[in-house]
Amino acid sequence: MITRRRLLEGASAGAALATMGVPLAEAAIPGLPEALPAGVRGEAVLEALPGKKPLIKLAYRAPNYETPIEYFKTPITPNDAFFVRYHLSDIPAANDKLIDPKTWKLEVGGEGGNGTLSLGFDDLKALPATEVVAVNQCSGNRRGLFHPHVPGVEWGYGAMGCARWKGARLKDVLDKVGLKKEAVEIVFNGAEGPAFDKTPDFIKSIPVWKAIEETTLIAYEMNGAPIPHLNGAPARIIVPGWTGTYWMKHVISIKAVTKPESGFWMNSAYRIPVGKFPIVAHFATQENATTTPITEMVVNSLITSHADGAKVKAGNVTVGGIAWDAGYGIRSVDLSTDGGTNWLKATLGQDLGRFAFRPFSLALPAKRGKLTVMARATNAIGQTQTATLIFNPAGYHHNVMHSVTLDVM
Amino acid sequence: MRTFMLALLAAALALPALADESQIKLKDAPGRDKVEGNCAACHSLDYIQMNSPFMNATTWDAEVNKMIKALGAPISDDDAKVIKEYLIKNYGG
Repeated sequence: MITRRRLLEGASAGAALATMGVPLAEAAIPGLPEALPAGVRGEAVLEALPGKKPLIKLAYRAPNYETPIEYFKTPITPNDAFFVRYHLSDIPAANDKLIDPKTWKLEVGGEGGNGTLSLGFDDLKALPATEVVAVNQCSGNRRGLFHPHVPGVEWGYGAMGCARWKGARLKDVLDKVGLKKEAVEIVFNGAEGPAFDKTPDFIKSIPVWKAIEETTLIAYEMNGAPIPHLNGAPARIIVPGWTGTYWMKHVISIKAVTKPESGFWMNSAYRIPVGKFPIVAHFATQENATTTPITEMVVNSLITSHADGAKVKAGNVTVGGIAWDAGYGIRSVDLSTDGGTNWLKATLGQDLGRFAFRPFSLALPAKRGKLTVMARATNAIGQTQTATLIFNPAGYHHNVMHSVTLDVM
Repeated sequence: MRTFMLALLAAALALPALADESQIKLKDAPGRDKVEGNCAACHSLDYIQMNSPFMNATTWDAEVNKMIKALGAPISDDDAKVIKEYLIKNYGG
C-alpha cells in the first residue's frame, strides 16, 4: 500500500516523468574525485535544498547530498552545509505534527523497560543539557572511491560533518523509565518512513552499554541553533564515535528490548566482515560468525587546504586539513611528499574534544613541478590509516590515506 | 583555493534555478517505461545513473532482487525481467 504522503508526491513525480525531455544539466562539478564511478560525474549537480547551501546532489529521492570539501577547512561544519542522507523517501515536512516541536512526542518504552514515558519537546529541553562536539559520518563515506566499485550511494569525501550538539543524555531519559537487567539493546525509530509499507522502516539499535554513555544524547541543538529539518529536526540521537547509521533523525520512539533487534537495517545492512577492521567496540548481541554491525569510526584524515590539482607558488606551501577517529583522540598527523617513505609531523590545531575534527597543518618546501602530499593520522591507541583499501562488499570504513597533487609554479 | 571556490560558484550559478528529479533522463531503450513505472515509485532514477557503468549482469540482478525481496518493491516477475535486461544493457559495464 502506498502511503498518504507518497501518494501526493508520486502523482507529481508521475506527471514530471510524463513530460520528460528536458536535457539533464551539464554539470561537471569541479573537484569531484576522478575515482568516482563515471555515472556519478554524469548525474551529480550542485543544488541547494531548503535551508541549505548548494551541496553535491547524488540522489534526489531519498535525498542524498554531500558536503563539498571546501567546508571542511574548519573543524565545525556549518549547519547549512551539513550533508543530508536519507534511506527512505517519506520525509515529514517541517510543519508535520510528527516533527513540529509544538506537537512532537517521543515515546519511550519497550519490554526491557520498567514502564513507558511520553516526552514533549519542552520536557526534553527541561532535562539537564549536555554538549559534545562530534563527527557525524556516514558508514559509507567514500564508498564511491572503492575499487572495485560496490553498489550504494556513491559518496566522495563529504558524507560527514562535525557539529556542537546539545541535548539531553539518553541515559537520563532511560533512567526515568528504568531498565530491566535483561535489557540488551536500545531501539530507535524516526518519523520518516518508506514509500510502500512493505519496505522495512528504518529502525536501528545500539547496545545498552553504548546507550548509557555520558556522551550519547537526544540532541535538539546543532551549533547553537535548532537542528535543521533535513538533519533530523526537532531531535536526533547522537552516538559520538559511532558511524551515522545509529544517529536516528526525527526520533519519535525509543525502546529497551531484551532480545536483539531484528529487521533488514540491523540483520542485512550496515554490517562488516568479522575480523577485518581494527575495531575495539563490539556490538556483541548482533554479531554472527561472519559479519558484525559497523560500530565505531576508523581513524581518518582529509587534506582540505588545497584541492587536488591546485596551483601554488614555489617556496613554502602550508598544507592542512582535519583528522578524526572514534573518540580515542588524534595523537598525530604525518605528511609525506615521497609516497610514504618519509614522514613529517604536522602541527595539531584547536582541540574541540576527542570526538571532533582535529585540524592539522604543516609548511612544506615546494619546488616547481608536481608535489603530491599524503596525510596519515594516528590515534591515541595507535590505530592508523591504511595504504591499501580494506575491501568489504557494502563499501564501509574507507580510510585509505588521502593525497592531493599540487601544481607548483 | 580561491580558484576552486570561484569554480564552485560558477558551477552553482550555471545550474537551472529549479533542478529536480524530473530532469533525469534515462537512456531511451526498450524497457525504460518499466524502469520508470516501477523504480521511480520509491526512489529517483539518478540512483541508476550513479551506480553505473560498473555494475554487471550479476550485480544488477542482485540489486533488483534486493529491491523486491528485501525492500518490498511490488514488481511483477515479467517487469523485473525487463528491468534487469534494460539495466544490464544500458547501465552495465
